[in-house]
Amino acid sequence: MNAKRKDMIATVIIDLIVAIVVGILFFLLAYILIKGLPHVSWSFLTGATDSFDGTGGIGVQLFNSFYLLVLTMLISIPISLGAGIYLAEYAKDNWRTSLIRSAIEVLSSLPSVVVGLFGFLLFVVKFKIGFSVISGAIALTFFNLPLLTRNIEESLSAVPRSQREAGLSLGLSKWKTEVGIILPVALPGIVTGVVLSAGRVFGEAAALIYTAGQSAPVTNFADWNPMDAASPLNPFRPAETLAVHIWKMNTEGLASNAAALSAAASAVLIIAVLLFNLGARVLGSYLYRRVTASK
Amino acid sequence: MEQTNFQLKKQDTQSQEWSKRLHHATRATREDWIGRGISYLCIGVIILVVASMLWFITSKGIATFTQNHVSLWKFLSGTDWSPSQGKIGALPMIVGSFAVTFAAAIVATPFAVGTAIFMTEISPNKGRKFLQPVIELLVGIPSVVYGFIGLAVVVPFMRHLVGGSGFGIISATFVLFVMVLPTITSMTVDSLRAVPRYYKEASLALGATRWQTVSKVILRSATPGILTAVIFGMARAFGEALAVQMVIGNAAVMPKDLISAASTLTSQLTTGIGDTIDGTLPNNALWSLALILLLMSLFFNALVRVIAKRGQLKHER
Repeated sequence: MNAKRKDMIATVIIDLIVAIVVGILFFLLAYILIKGLPHVSWSFLTGATDSFDGTGGIGVQLFNSFYLLVLTMLISIPISLGAGIYLAEYAKDNWRTSLIRSAIEVLSSLPSVVVGLFGFLLFVVKFKIGFSVISGAIALTFFNLPLLTRNIEESLSAVPRSQREAGLSLGLSKWKTEVGIILPVALPGIVTGVVLSAGRVFGEAAALIYTAGQSAPVTNFADWNPMDAASPLNPFRPAETLAVHIWKMNTEGLASNAAALSAAASAVLIIAVLLFNLGARVLGSYLYRRVTASK
Repeated sequence: MEQTNFQLKKQDTQSQEWSKRLHHATRATREDWIGRGISYLCIGVIILVVASMLWFITSKGIATFTQNHVSLWKFLSGTDWSPSQGKIGALPMIVGSFAVTFAAAIVATPFAVGTAIFMTEISPNKGRKFLQPVIELLVGIPSVVYGFIGLAVVVPFMRHLVGGSGFGIISATFVLFVMVLPTITSMTVDSLRAVPRYYKEASLALGATRWQTVSKVILRSATPGILTAVIFGMARAFGEALAVQMVIGNAAVMPKDLISAASTLTSQLTTGIGDTIDGTLPNNALWSLALILLLMSLFFNALVRVIAKRGQLKHER
C-alpha cells in the first residue's frame, strides 16, 4: 500500500511540475504575441528608426539581420562543409583527431559574449575595420562553425558504409565519392541543421553588440552598389540587428513606448525563429523524399 | 635499317609515355589530393580560430597582472570595483555569476527532470507530440527576448512582491531558470530514453511500482546523462550575457541579499567594454573578467568529459 501511495503522490507531483512548465512556456509565447502583434504593421516592419529615441519602425534592423545572416552562412557553410568532410572521411582515430574534436567542442561551448569580444578585439581594435557588417558576420561565423561542422559530420557519418564502398569500387576517388554520392544522401540532415542554426544566428545579440555595432545609419535602399557608403549592401557600415535593437531599447530606454515597441520587435523575432524551425522540418523532409525515393 | 630504327624510336617514346603514365598520379588520386587539401584547409581554419581566440583572450586577460602589476589574489578577493580609480576587485562579479548560475540550476533541475520523466515514462505520446516541439522551440528563443520578458514581467513582479527596485539576483535567477529549463529538459529526455528497456522491464516484473522503477532504476542509470545536462545548463547560464544584464541591475557591489542590484562577469563586460580605452587598466581588468569566463567554460567542458568517461566505465562493468 505504502509503495502504491508513494507512486500516486509522485505521479501527482510530476503532473504538477509539467503543468507549471507548460504554463510558463505558454505564458511566455502568449505574452509576447499578445503584447507585440497589435503593434506590428507594415510601416513598423519597413519604417526607419528615429535615431534619437529609438521609436519608429524596424525596417533597417530587419534588413541588417537578414543581410548578416546571409553573409554568415556564405562564409560558414563552405568552411564547415570542408571540416565536416574531413572529420567524417579523412580523420583517423588518433590523438590528433581527438584534439581537433575537443577544440571544436571548446569553441561551441564558449559564451557568445566571449566570441563577440574576440571579434571586437580582432576587427575593431586590431584591424581597425570598425563596427561593421563584415566584423559581425565573421564573429557570427566563429559562433556558428562548431555547430554546423558537428551537424554536417553527423549527417555524413550516418550514411551507410555500403554507399561509400559502392563509390570506391567504381574507381572513384574518396573525394568524388564523398561529394558525388555521400553528400547528396546526407543533404536533408545538413539542410535541417543549417536552417536551425540560421534561427540561432538570427536571434544572436551578445556576439554582435561590439562587432556589428549598435547603430543603424539610415541607408538608401535605392542604392545597391556595395561600394557606396549609404548602400545597404556596404559591408563596412555599422549594422544594428533586430536582436541588438531590442536589447538597446530596453537598456537605454529613451523611448516612452519602449515596452510596446520591444514587444512588437520580439514578436517579429520569435515568429522569424518559428518560421526557421518550421522551415527546417519541412525542407528536411521534402529533400529526404526527393533524394531517397521513399514516400 | 632506317625503318627499324624508326620503329625502335617509336617504341621508345611509347614506353616512355607508358612509364610516365604509370609513375604519375591518376586523375582520381589528384582529385583526392585536392579534396584532402580543401578539407584540411577548412579544419585548419577552425583550429586557427580556436587557438587565436584562446591566445588573444589569455594574453589580454593576464595583462592586468603582468603589465599593471595587480596581484592575482587582490583581483580575485577584492570587493571594490572602481577601475577608473585603479581598484579592481572582481569578487562581486564572480560571486554574482556563481550565485545566479547555481540558483538557476538548482531551481531548474527538478522541473527539468520531472518534465523529462513525464515525457518518457508517464505519457510518452503527449511528450513526443506536444512537449517535444514546444521545448525545441523554446531552446531557439533568442536570449534578448528572455531578457525583455524579464524586464517587462519579472522585475515589476518582484518589485511588487518584495519591494525595492526589482532588479537583482532573484530576477536574474528566474530568467535564467526559464532559459536553461528547455536545455536541461531535452538533454535529460535523451539520457532517459537511452536507458535500456530491459532495466525497466526487469524492475516492473519484480513488482516495483512505476515510481520505484523510475527513482531506483531509471534515474540511477541515467545519472551521468542528467549530470551532463545540468552542467550544460549551468554553462549556458554562466555565459549568458544580455538577458542577465537586463534584469540584474548592474551594480558592481557585493550582493547583500537576493533582491538588490548586483552584477555578473558577463553583465559587467557588456556594459563596460565599450567605454574603456584599449590598453588601460580599466580595459585590461575587463579582459581579465573575460578570461575568467573562458576558463570557466573550459572547466565545464572538462567536467562533462570526466562525467562521460565515468559513466561509460559504469556501464561496461
